[in-house]
Amino acid sequence: MKSASPNSYAISVRGVGKKFHLGGGAAHDTLRDQLTAMLKGRGGRKSNDFWALQDVSFDVPPGQAVGIVGRNGAGKSTLLKIMSRISDPTDGEIRVRGRMSSLLEVGTGFHPELSGRENIYLNGAILGMRHAEIRKKFDAIVAFAEVESFLDTPVKRYSSGMYVRLAFAVAAHLDSEILIVDEVLAVGDGAFQAKCLQKMDEATSRAGRTVLFVSHNLAAVQRLCTRGIYLENGKLRADGPMSTVLESYQRALDSTSVAPDGSSQNALKPGEARFVSWELIGAKGEEKHSCPTASLCEFRIRLRSRADLKDATLGFVLWNGQSEIVVAGNTVSNHMPLLEIGEGDYEIIVRVRLPVRAGLYQLDVSLNSKTHGQIERGFMEPKLNILPPETTLPEKWQGLLTEPLEFDIQPATP
Amino acid sequence: MSAEAVAEEQIIRPRKGLVELQLGELWRYRELFGFLAWRDILIRYKQTYLGVAWAILQPVLTVAVFTVVFGRFAKMPSNGAPYEILVLAGLLPWQFFQNAITESSSSLVVSARIISKVYFPRLIIPLSAVVSGLLDAVISVGLLLVLMPIYKTPYRPQLLLLPVFFGLAFLAACAAGIWFSALNVRYRDVRYIVPFIARLGMYVSPVGYLWHNRSMPEFWRFLFGMNPIAGVIDGFRWCILSQNEGIYWPGFIAGNLLTVLLIFGGLFYFRNTERTFADLV
Repeated sequence: MKSASPNSYAISVRGVGKKFHLGGGAAHDTLRDQLTAMLKGRGGRKSNDFWALQDVSFDVPPGQAVGIVGRNGAGKSTLLKIMSRISDPTDGEIRVRGRMSSLLEVGTGFHPELSGRENIYLNGAILGMRHAEIRKKFDAIVAFAEVESFLDTPVKRYSSGMYVRLAFAVAAHLDSEILIVDEVLAVGDGAFQAKCLQKMDEATSRAGRTVLFVSHNLAAVQRLCTRGIYLENGKLRADGPMSTVLESYQRALDSTSVAPDGSSQNALKPGEARFVSWELIGAKGEEKHSCPTASLCEFRIRLRSRADLKDATLGFVLWNGQSEIVVAGNTVSNHMPLLEIGEGDYEIIVRVRLPVRAGLYQLDVSLNSKTHGQIERGFMEPKLNILPPETTLPEKWQGLLTEPLEFDIQPATP
Repeated sequence: MSAEAVAEEQIIRPRKGLVELQLGELWRYRELFGFLAWRDILIRYKQTYLGVAWAILQPVLTVAVFTVVFGRFAKMPSNGAPYEILVLAGLLPWQFFQNAITESSSSLVVSARIISKVYFPRLIIPLSAVVSGLLDAVISVGLLLVLMPIYKTPYRPQLLLLPVFFGLAFLAACAAGIWFSALNVRYRDVRYIVPFIARLGMYVSPVGYLWHNRSMPEFWRFLFGMNPIAGVIDGFRWCILSQNEGIYWPGFIAGNLLTVLLIFGGLFYFRNTERTFADLV
């Protein structure tokens, strides 16, 4: 761990831990429950303790942008919640120097019955802005969100896109010295995500601003942050330059996706099969899960099997961030014969051209048998990251498809 | 939250033992306090057909029913005062108190989402719920001032002391709001207790009748008078009506002492359980 001189940090985290009681501990919702628990005595509760975060220490010098990565449940959100003073640490200490704002979600405190205008003021106040400050930035917020004509409409009548734009717009105009951001970019459509990223880019590159950023969008983390912190099971696994940390995170993802429950291949019982990993053919390094839009994607999906099937079919579905199917197909719809899947490893290649918006897409593959039904279905991690197109078109005109148009103009013949 | 916080260093560490009240922090967040109260007022009557008219209709209907039931049917004594004004004088502080404890006791649980996403002193939430009831109270006072001449009740100089007694009702509401909201986070029993208090309290407090001349043992009289709202209602009638029964001092003093104790006890309880709100709510 790099140690900074005591005077040069914006954030200093020392030995921070957070313990939760599982089951019995938190379930005392009514007096009766508590009384019963008291009668039964408190024995046995200790075994239900769970450390969501344990002995985490690091310093962040002013002006640095730090990305925090790790799987779900690794303790990222718990860490941010403790730093934002929402929940108390069980152990350790955090020192923060300077005005800090945290953005754990966009639109906190938005009320559906209130108008866009009223919600801007309310949300701003909740995020810690002063009344005068909000008034000063009001026009900029409205312009960024592109909701000028709906300012006096209750936000419950907004489309989900408008709602999210407005919510992010308020947050984007916070200017504190230290900013803590959690997964905020996981909202909105591709075009708006790009706009948010750009805004975040401005925020992080502005001199003297310290940013702590958690996201599953590894491309975004890499673009915005110079330093990475990798948490696993509540402990700090790696801390260093973003690219190095991402590499070790990616490695861990690849190796454990062999068996998500931590067991080895032997755990596969006879008759079972599992989708182990995927990558794009031709891509290398960190790029093997992302590609530019409109390019021909060649997915290589690895299947490990202890099954013995004579009548197998394969399915492939690609979901977008709004849980809509982008493209889907299976070996039956492709008029392919039934497959034979025995014991061993298989490579499945799927080719498809994806002229779709930039963003994260979820691969969903399945192995089925005509006689036994579904054998296995896998939602593959990491997600496919489609990169934005190179176009001069303003963002608000970028459509669902990024397919280029062909124009042909000539004088009409009578 | 403010510019003066720039240079200061914040230390976040486990809070153990008794935590100090830190009321200064509350002051720094006063703008948010105002915004939340303003929001509660805005949404209270949104999507209602009659809107703010409800703030007038509710007391008018209650006064009508109480006047008929207590004044006409039960023929309760009024010392010669118009029964409508007598009831309204009792109803005004009671209705404020009742709304305040109903709104504030559920306020933390209702704001679970905000609590788990943003930090600010949590006390703001129940207190702003109490404050948001002030508008309704002001409207009711307006109604009272309109009805007084109609029922031939002259304005008295004592009327100027109405805010003092209202202040006592406000403190009592804050005390109840702080306790119930914090308890509700851990014990959802509060959800059943509060409506119970709101309903029975209306009869246990002298909202619809005068009580000083009832014959009851001194001990029970003291207990009845210790209800802070009973004292406030006496005070309201003293301000508004010349035919009042004055204030029952032993109960009045004990009741307000109780309020002060409950406020300080509540503040400490709240501050010391606050750290677990985000994990429990």
